[in-house]
Amino acid sequence: MQYGFLTIYWRDMIRFVRFKTLLISSLLQPALWLAFFGIAMASNFDAMMAGVPVSGGAQAVGYLTFMGCGIIAMTTLFTSLFSGIVILFDKNWGLMREILASPVSRNHIIIGLALSGVTKSFIQAVIIMGFGVLIGAAFFAGFTPLHILVGIAGVLAFVAMFALGFLFLSAAIAISMESPEGLQGIMTLLTMPIFFASNALYPINNFPEFLQVISSYNPMTLLINGIRYYTIGPDFYALGHHYSFTQADILFSFLGLVVFAAIMFALAWWRFRRAVVT
Amino acid sequence: MEGPVPAGEIPIISVENLEHRYGDFKAVDGISFSVKKGEIFSFLGPNGAGKSTAINVLITLLSLQNGKALIAGHDVSTDPQKVRESIGIVFQDITLDRDMTVWETLEFHGRLYEMPVKERRDRIEELLKLVQLDAKRDELTKKLSGGMKRRLEIARGLMTRPKVLFLDEPTIGLDPQTRMRMWEYIRGVNREGTTIFLTTHYMDEADQLSDRISIVDHGKIVITGTPWELKNTLGQDLVYLETGDNARAQQLLGPIPAVREIKEKSKGIVLMVNEDGTRVLPGIIDTLRGAGIVISTINLKKPTMDDVFVFYTGRDIRDEGQAPARGGFLRAGRH
Repeated sequence: MQYGFLTIYWRDMIRFVRFKTLLISSLLQPALWLAFFGIAMASNFDAMMAGVPVSGGAQAVGYLTFMGCGIIAMTTLFTSLFSGIVILFDKNWGLMREILASPVSRNHIIIGLALSGVTKSFIQAVIIMGFGVLIGAAFFAGFTPLHILVGIAGVLAFVAMFALGFLFLSAAIAISMESPEGLQGIMTLLTMPIFFASNALYPINNFPEFLQVISSYNPMTLLINGIRYYTIGPDFYALGHHYSFTQADILFSFLGLVVFAAIMFALAWWRFRRAVVT
Repeated sequence: MEGPVPAGEIPIISVENLEHRYGDFKAVDGISFSVKKGEIFSFLGPNGAGKSTAINVLITLLSLQNGKALIAGHDVSTDPQKVRESIGIVFQDITLDRDMTVWETLEFHGRLYEMPVKERRDRIEELLKLVQLDAKRDELTKKLSGGMKRRLEIARGLMTRPKVLFLDEPTIGLDPQTRMRMWEYIRGVNREGTTIFLTTHYMDEADQLSDRISIVDHGKIVITGTPWELKNTLGQDLVYLETGDNARAQQLLGPIPAVREIKEKSKGIVLMVNEDGTRVLPGIIDTLRGAGIVISTINLKKPTMDDVFVFYTGRDIRDEGQAPARGGFLRAGRH
């Protein structure tokens, strides 16, 4: 079984492009966040921050750009976490029995689903970056064309690793559960702390200390560090906070995501091996 | 009645002492049977008899706990991969992706089993014709009728040219005409050389479709044989009587040589007779008249699969409200 994962991938992508409403809404949703929440908050924050001096020649970044990076991460989080639902539907009413009774190995099932999840997140990330630039986010401002390409590649590498982690987690939970309602509940419960205990919408530096510790190891924060590094640059001011990333910081963030994804893969592998669907 | 396999012929399915437990509950309690190549073999039993559990062990969806099972020469517990490559499966519930087309459903299956492109595409065309879904190839499966869905699943089960096709309750929930047509498809598939193993709780399905039947109840095989053999175990004919004194009638008729066994029913008695019933009947009537017992109802018929089932399991499958009604003398009163 060499290419089993490609079969799983093929089928999941068929479903992705077939549901036009779902496809369009999944692409529109992050754009709407940017357009409404982003512009609304940006107009307030940027007005408040207008008088705050920026020291040391670092560039000041508008709120729309700042939170735009967070929206890429948020979209990836939601898409990945909720991707498990298809597994649950397959298990209860669909093809999971056919797949499990076939010679395809269970690793291939997980990998195929992960690949299609990553593909979806890539499409979304690229669209948000494009739309962000369109409505005035300063992504890649002052970058050379080569630098922009490196930036996009960097963002996608981070998005991929993060997406894998949550896809595996989602798959592990989905294969272990019975009802879509229960799964939805758990996923919603998970997204709250992951999203809000991160630097997606605001700096984490003024958090109470324990929350700051949690937030700085949150995979979401690691992802957003990477996205900001590659779309804005290593040194900038936003919301009155000075952000500066060394290459070591970024490497650390990426490795953090690799470790996270590896642990989640182990979890999914364990759950799938035990999975009995009759 | 376990049909001995002719010497030199290796059974395509052979199962010895298969057991399967869920916690303390023994769903499958030591069954042994074998299926010959080219046969249509049925497990007939009520829901909860252990049929589906047994089939799930054979198709490797459940791990084998106890006993031995070989399919096409491959051991279910040590070589599940090989078993999976030799079988096709139609599950009890519809397992189709509602949002894939008919063609995609088959293509997906062929890819899962890594069939080469050319072989896969040719096979799809062949099967679409066989199950008459040619015109529906680009329809989403959710748009298909129940019978078409079943046919598509059968086609899918046949994609890889399996040696054995497992059908778990293949006509459940289908209307009578569709069921009959489904039987025709199954026979057609069998004629082309595929061995069929099916589970069913429909008497008529087991009766009309199978070469051999195992009646399964409480996780055990109660009896195995051809439909004809099974019916013949009840004698040649069944005579149903309602009289003024059923208890005395039973005493008087018992000694008649042609009467093999008498069963008490709620209002009357059933005699299983070894000879042509039309010839035994006058003697029965004379005996009862002579003793002054009034006969209010008398009826004569051939044993049906229903009768066989009730005789060997002691209960009526219809009491569980699952099968279409069909007359059976041996049916017990409502309990």
